Amino acid sequence: MTADTPTAETVGANAAAVADFRARARWRWYEPLFWLGAIAWYFLFPTYLPLGTQILCAALFALSLDLILGYGGIVSLGHTTFFGIGAYTAGLLAKHGWGEPLTCLLAGGVTAAIAGWVCSFVIVRVQGVALLLVTLGINLVLYEAANKAYTITGGADGLQGIVFWKLFGVFDYDIYGRVAYVYTLGVTFLLFLVARRIVHSPFGLALKGMRENWKRMPALGAALRRHGALIFVLSAALAGLSGALLAESVQFVALDSLGVQRSVDVLTMLIVGGTGVLYGSFVGATVYMVVRDQLADLNPAYWYFWIGLILVVIVLFTRNGLVGAVSDLADWIGRKRGGGSAS
Amino acid sequence: MLFSIFQGIVQVLFDGIAFGMLLFVMSVGLSITLGMMKFANLAHGVFAMLGGYVCTALMHRAGWPFLATLPAAFIVVAVASVFLERFVYRRMYTAKELDQVLLTVGIIYMAIAAAAYVWGPEPQAFALPDYLTMYRHVGSFSFSTYGALLLVLGTIITVAIFYGLERTRFGAMIRAAVDDRRVALGVGINVNRVFTITFAIGSGLAGLGGALGINALGLDPSFPIEYLVFFLIVVSIGGGGTVKGALAAALLLGLSDTAGKYYVPQTGAFIIYAVMLLVMLWRPNGLFGRP
Repeated sequence: MTADTPTAETVGANAAAVADFRARARWRWYEPLFWLGAIAWYFLFPTYLPLGTQILCAALFALSLDLILGYGGIVSLGHTTFFGIGAYTAGLLAKHGWGEPLTCLLAGGVTAAIAGWVCSFVIVRVQGVALLLVTLGINLVLYEAANKAYTITGGADGLQGIVFWKLFGVFDYDIYGRVAYVYTLGVTFLLFLVARRIVHSPFGLALKGMRENWKRMPALGAALRRHGALIFVLSAALAGLSGALLAESVQFVALDSLGVQRSVDVLTMLIVGGTGVLYGSFVGATVYMVVRDQLADLNPAYWYFWIGLILVVIVLFTRNGLVGAVSDLADWIGRKRGGGSAS
Repeated sequence: MLFSIFQGIVQVLFDGIAFGMLLFVMSVGLSITLGMMKFANLAHGVFAMLGGYVCTALMHRAGWPFLATLPAAFIVVAVASVFLERFVYRRMYTAKELDQVLLTVGIIYMAIAAAAYVWGPEPQAFALPDYLTMYRHVGSFSFSTYGALLLVLGTIITVAIFYGLERTRFGAMIRAAVDDRRVALGVGINVNRVFTITFAIGSGLAGLGGALGINALGLDPSFPIEYLVFFLIVVSIGGGGTVKGALAAALLLGLSDTAGKYYVPQTGAFIIYAVMLLVMLWRPNGLFGRP
């Protein structure tokens, strides 16, 4: 590095690259609105705070999937493996006498990251349908293991008798879910900042290249497998954190936190929202959970019909979920206006 | 002692191969679809479920005998699948894998809710006719006539598929389309039409298998998701596009599932999932698949 004397050209190119990354990472006008909305939820819907907490956990989980799917192009049918590992780690710690929320949360993330690191050796070596099956297979093996090991996990009854201590030793989890909501929102925001930093870094750009063309990227000198493994571990950690967060707010870990259904659910949320745009996971999780909450009230048995229909319509008629549809619409309106004034 | 071990092995072999045959009939269509169009149709189980419901509806409401409902299940499902292929799937052949997965997952969800609406969410009451619940005793071995039916029908269908693929003109067209779609188009094969017919036959077989399998697998609206894993295992272990591979994988799966239930019932489905995972790690394109 030091041996090369920088010419005017390379300096200019570097400056341009830095400016480009800065531009990518700039905060857009709608981003603060989004988080203000999440804060407003606390005051507007005080009776829906538990739902709000679940939405945040689901959104964080969807965000973790977005990191590998929307940015890395790694499709997983078993991402709930890491969500479940995080949830069970936090739950088991609390059940066996250590219920300090922040350390339990961290432990959930670390355990999931280790599991993700182990899996990543396999994940980066397969593509296509085989990748779907390997991720699904890992998930199924773990689910069956948790199901059978009921002396540890409680099996199909779930992990019961969990007690988390007061948050920071001061705030007790209350029955209205106020503390849980504020805590979850705070953690979600911090983790979102981390994810945002990751996708706007040069590493994030390399991931996008990998998503677009994993055959061509090595020709540019990108270490595909190392990038793939790294984002997989980061994503697993984030999924584990979201699982631990949910376990803390509901003080219970259900066996279906490892179920295939949840993997498909989170994939659905992400697709409904839109992949590779960060906020897609939040939009998708909100729409999915609110629609489920409302439709399940109307007719619990049939709400899957509507979710299925939404999925089919989104795949057939939109480019990238709701966020994609909205931005396409904005482009279209902009072009109508712009086209009118230019010509 | 030795004899009882031997007896157990014979029992597992019989039941396992019968179950494997059932799985083969249900999933061979998916293997061909995947091989020919590279289309990941996760909704294949919907066809099997539909076949099952056609069977129970005809039996309960119209009083048809069980065996007569089997061809009906085949035909109804084959016809229904043509509509789905023409109007929905055909648009997605060039789409990304993920989009295909999502589309078919959406179809699974809709089918589950529709089945719950039409036939109710509870498992279907189903009783085999008396002649199929009997056990044949040969020496000190006993074989269920239901298992024998699965074996016989499965063998007939397998032979028919192999004959059709290897010895007929249409079979040659299918093989050509699986091997190289573009070259097949180039030599004047109407790949779309070949595919529609193949798809219909494969789906019809799934419907037939669904009707045939109610006794072994049960039937309720969650069927397509519950047995999705089984179809995927057969296709992935066999490798997409090979009938031979699908047959070998189905028999392997049937045998290991039956043996697992017989010898180590406490592990549940753990064994087959672990076997699948190991095979996938060893050969990501399946035992008979081409990279």
